[in-house]
Amino acid sequence: MRKTLSGLLPILIPAVSLAVLLAAVFYMQPRAMSYNGLNLLFNLAVPIALATIAQMIIMAVNDLDLSMGTFVSFAACVTAVYMPQQPLVAILILAGAVGIYALLGVIITLRDLPSIVVTLGMSFVWGGLAVLILPAPGGQAPVWLRALMVSKPTLVPMAIVASVVIAVIAHLLIMRSTFGVLLRGVGGNSRSVGRAGWSVLALKGAAYATAAVFAVLAGMALVGLTTSADANIALRYTLLSIAGVILGGGEFVGGRVSPIGAVIGALTLTLAGSFLSFLRISPDWQIGAQGGILIIVLALRLGINRGSRQEKTS
Amino acid sequence: MTDVSATGPVVSIRQVRVEFGAVKALDGVDFEIRPGEAVGLVGHNGAGKSTIVNVINGGLSPHKGEILYEGEPGGGITTARAHGVRCVFQELSLCPNLTVVENTRLMHAGLKGLGWRKRAHSLIRARMDEIFPGHGVDCLATVGSLSIAERQMVEIAINFVNVTEDPKLVILDEPTSSLDAGLAEQLMAYVRRFVRAGGSVLLISHILGEILSTSSRIVVMKDGRVVASRAAGEFSVKSLVEAMGSVVKETARNAAASGTSGEKVIDVAAAKGSSTPFYARKGEIIGLAGLGGHGQTTMLLDLFAESSSKWFPSAQKPMAFVAGDRALNGTFPLWSILRNLSIGNLPSMSKLAAVDTSREATHGEDWKSRMGIRTPDMTNPILSLSGGNQQKVLFARALAGSAAIVLMDDPMRGVDIGTKQEVYATLRREAQSGRTFIWYSTEMDEMRLCDRVYVFRDGAIVAELEGDAVTEDNILAASFSGEAA
Amino acid sequence: MNSFRLLARKPWTWSFVAAFATWIVTILFTGGASTASLSQATLTFAAFSVIVGLGQMLVITLGPGNVDLSVPATITLSGTVALKLMDGQDNMILLGLAASIAIGLVIGVLNYALIKFLRIPPIIATLSMSFLVQSSAIWYNRGLRVKPPEALATFSTSSTLGVPNTAIIALLLSLAVWWLLDRSMFGRWISAIGQNAFAARMAGIAVDGCRLATYVICAVLASLCGYLLASFSGGAALNMGAEYLLMSIAVVVIGGSAVAGGNSNVPGIWGASLFMFLVVSMLNTYGFGAGVRLIMTGLIIICVIVAASRPAGSTR
Repeated sequence: MRKTLSGLLPILIPAVSLAVLLAAVFYMQPRAMSYNGLNLLFNLAVPIALATIAQMIIMAVNDLDLSMGTFVSFAACVTAVYMPQQPLVAILILAGAVGIYALLGVIITLRDLPSIVVTLGMSFVWGGLAVLILPAPGGQAPVWLRALMVSKPTLVPMAIVASVVIAVIAHLLIMRSTFGVLLRGVGGNSRSVGRAGWSVLALKGAAYATAAVFAVLAGMALVGLTTSADANIALRYTLLSIAGVILGGGEFVGGRVSPIGAVIGALTLTLAGSFLSFLRISPDWQIGAQGGILIIVLALRLGINRGSRQEKTS
Repeated sequence: MTDVSATGPVVSIRQVRVEFGAVKALDGVDFEIRPGEAVGLVGHNGAGKSTIVNVINGGLSPHKGEILYEGEPGGGITTARAHGVRCVFQELSLCPNLTVVENTRLMHAGLKGLGWRKRAHSLIRARMDEIFPGHGVDCLATVGSLSIAERQMVEIAINFVNVTEDPKLVILDEPTSSLDAGLAEQLMAYVRRFVRAGGSVLLISHILGEILSTSSRIVVMKDGRVVASRAAGEFSVKSLVEAMGSVVKETARNAAASGTSGEKVIDVAAAKGSSTPFYARKGEIIGLAGLGGHGQTTMLLDLFAESSSKWFPSAQKPMAFVAGDRALNGTFPLWSILRNLSIGNLPSMSKLAAVDTSREATHGEDWKSRMGIRTPDMTNPILSLSGGNQQKVLFARALAGSAAIVLMDDPMRGVDIGTKQEVYATLRREAQSGRTFIWYSTEMDEMRLCDRVYVFRDGAIVAELEGDAVTEDNILAASFSGEAA
Repeated sequence: MNSFRLLARKPWTWSFVAAFATWIVTILFTGGASTASLSQATLTFAAFSVIVGLGQMLVITLGPGNVDLSVPATITLSGTVALKLMDGQDNMILLGLAASIAIGLVIGVLNYALIKFLRIPPIIATLSMSFLVQSSAIWYNRGLRVKPPEALATFSTSSTLGVPNTAIIALLLSLAVWWLLDRSMFGRWISAIGQNAFAARMAGIAVDGCRLATYVICAVLASLCGYLLASFSGGAALNMGAEYLLMSIAVVVIGGSAVAGGNSNVPGIWGASLFMFLVVSMLNTYGFGAGVRLIMTGLIIICVIVAASRPAGSTR
């Protein structure tokens, strides 16, 4: 009984914090408790959730991607510029970008490089490419993408449906499939994965490529929502994605990640923005409040972890 | 017997040599295991047991010689696994963030396709039930939430699971180190059944009783060579120990009698689960004995942590620490020998917070000759030294300071005998001039050099031996009692 | 010949070679017309990267995972507060400087408090802190643009004996950090911590004290940079620190300091800072846009780190 409880705990904390935050928002703004209200609240959650999953996959193999924001911006620019008229070109470019990510994963493993510095360098590269593709804000969303993102399913708003779908797919891929087991195995103990006869190099490459696929989807979803792009459209995502993974119970090392938690974390972060504006917090403090929330959540988790550890030892 | 020897060996290695730098880890070894054999492998620390294991499981390719798996030459982890070679490593090699079932999947490439979870679950649970009846381990729990013993059980069971091919040779490297006597007996019983059914096992254990009762043949190694390979029945504990080369000689204890009169410099009340308080007098050499990992290192780290501030630098340090696992908590790999030596005592050779390099160099030359560090130049990188000489640098670092108490965490690991004798002499001299040494060692001979010995078991002190009571028998009895029941 | 070989083995030599080559190429393109102005501008702007880079270098020396991402926000807050406090009056210059340094001290202490007591990884701790700091700057600034005191503005934009004053200050700070890193006990301690923190602890080093001091020094250097930068550019702007986030890390890497910690050098910070500015001016001279400049910067960082690396498993 204890074991199942401790297994659920990592997801329980983010879920409860999301529920509390949602309740607070409904309390302050009862009109938000409607189809349209929810849609508005969680509108931007889909791209953030996708980027968070991407970051989570990188973190599952003990790395960190500091170029997530610029890469999502790059993907958004490619989508907005090429996807409507020359879909083939767009797909080729994005596929090439995924290939570069795979290559990065291989190089980082092969040369034992710190992922932080490599992805930092790549953030310049993606930023530069985005500026080259789209020097000034513009472009447009492909019709089908726009239609998908603003579609209104009955009963539940699109943002919620999409988030659930993302969570389920990511859960199946990372928590249930063999591939996911191997990825998390690399994060947990890469030496034993190698000893069991798997290629850690190939797995790292595959992890980076998979992450890139989710990041590309994040860029596309973002364009679908905003109908245009610019080179700086998603710079915040580097931080939001890391924060989302951490809020969702993931850890920096050890392959301990939770896709469902990560999506909940992304939703919580999206909601926190709306919550702060409902609180009438001066816009000056909006960014600061995000930093504060992050610190508080991490502190809470430290407290809870300590508590449960004491319980285990006694 | 006859039909067993008729089939070819599962693995045979011929004239294998492995060298690590100047050290010959394996020096032309011939070795083979046939189906239905349980081979016990014994030898002292550094005899080459781990190296031979790594050669057989494909993790290490030898510099000379060949390996045959079921008669076919080959090498590498994949080949070894394809021929049914499995290895349970001494240190834990599961992924702590994954569940038992997921770890099973990771170890077995053959568990493919939909529904692998269900199959893996039933396979691992069946094997666990078979090896450790009544184990009570939840196979859906993450490994990190299991106790050490449970993890070891899981790791063993995973390696005996057969998915696409049967395990033909299972290497067990100290498989019972975390298991209590009951579980160890369950495992040994299973190994005997496995072997009777035609499997082979290579068993490494420091518990000679296990080796004698379970093996059909025992191979004794010494200094990278096989020195004996005979049927288990021809050995007894005594003859095994003799073959390993540690001649059981009752050397005259040369411990000084001065220890009992000095003032107490450490006095710790008995810890939880122990009835013996810990204390140390000025000028004493205190031994911490017992099996490896039973709380000795933790105690040294705790003592050190209490004595030094993590926030404020201080010139006067009451304690110094000599690491045994040099790469873990001893050496600074990017630095020269000199810097590795001087880092412990910078304040004494600094002016106005700046390091006086000429005084540092003099200090280096002084200790180079005092400890006999074999290097042409103290500014050479620390990693250019042999393990023994690196260890001398760490000793020098501790002795050079003013610390009245020196903590030693099994510091003679992988040190050659000549260096050891030099260091022993230094310790004795320093103790006579009033220093206190607290010395954790896994080697019996070193415990016999101590004035008093505390024996550890399961994280607590279980016995205190003094003077002539410090004998191998007494230490062993204290380390094992309880577990044998 | 011998000294030449010695030079070639220093990790920072290549950053200077690259900087010099870029300088030559840029000058050749303009036919030598801009030699003096290019050199002046390079020294001036490199000085700011040097000052933040020195602090970041000390933090990176502490070992894997140690990095201070609150540098840009600290620059902004320090510049904002100092200028508003001085309010253009020459007699307030020292008070502004003191306020600046105090801000650095507080941010450094808070950063390490988060890392130590909440056990937050330095990346996230300093990033969260940077949000709070940035918000404080926005709130304090209120969109005002206060001019720096006349004397300070003149000082920060003029030269002494042909060398920009900012570069002179950067040089003095570099000498101080060089002494700290290469000559003092503190430098030995942080290098030891960066190589093997456990071993450093067991060698009796006050690990937490050293780490705290390092984060504080880094934040103070960043706030000094903010003070100078705001004075130099005639007022504080809310995005004035932004480009120094990546720049501070880039100059450490390109300057030949070990990314994994334990082995840093001060001269490399200069070589790399000069190089980074010269690359931008070279690409500008050749008429390349911002996109190419960014890509080049990124590729340079990656090439340097790949070139400085060793294959996995080759160490130990």
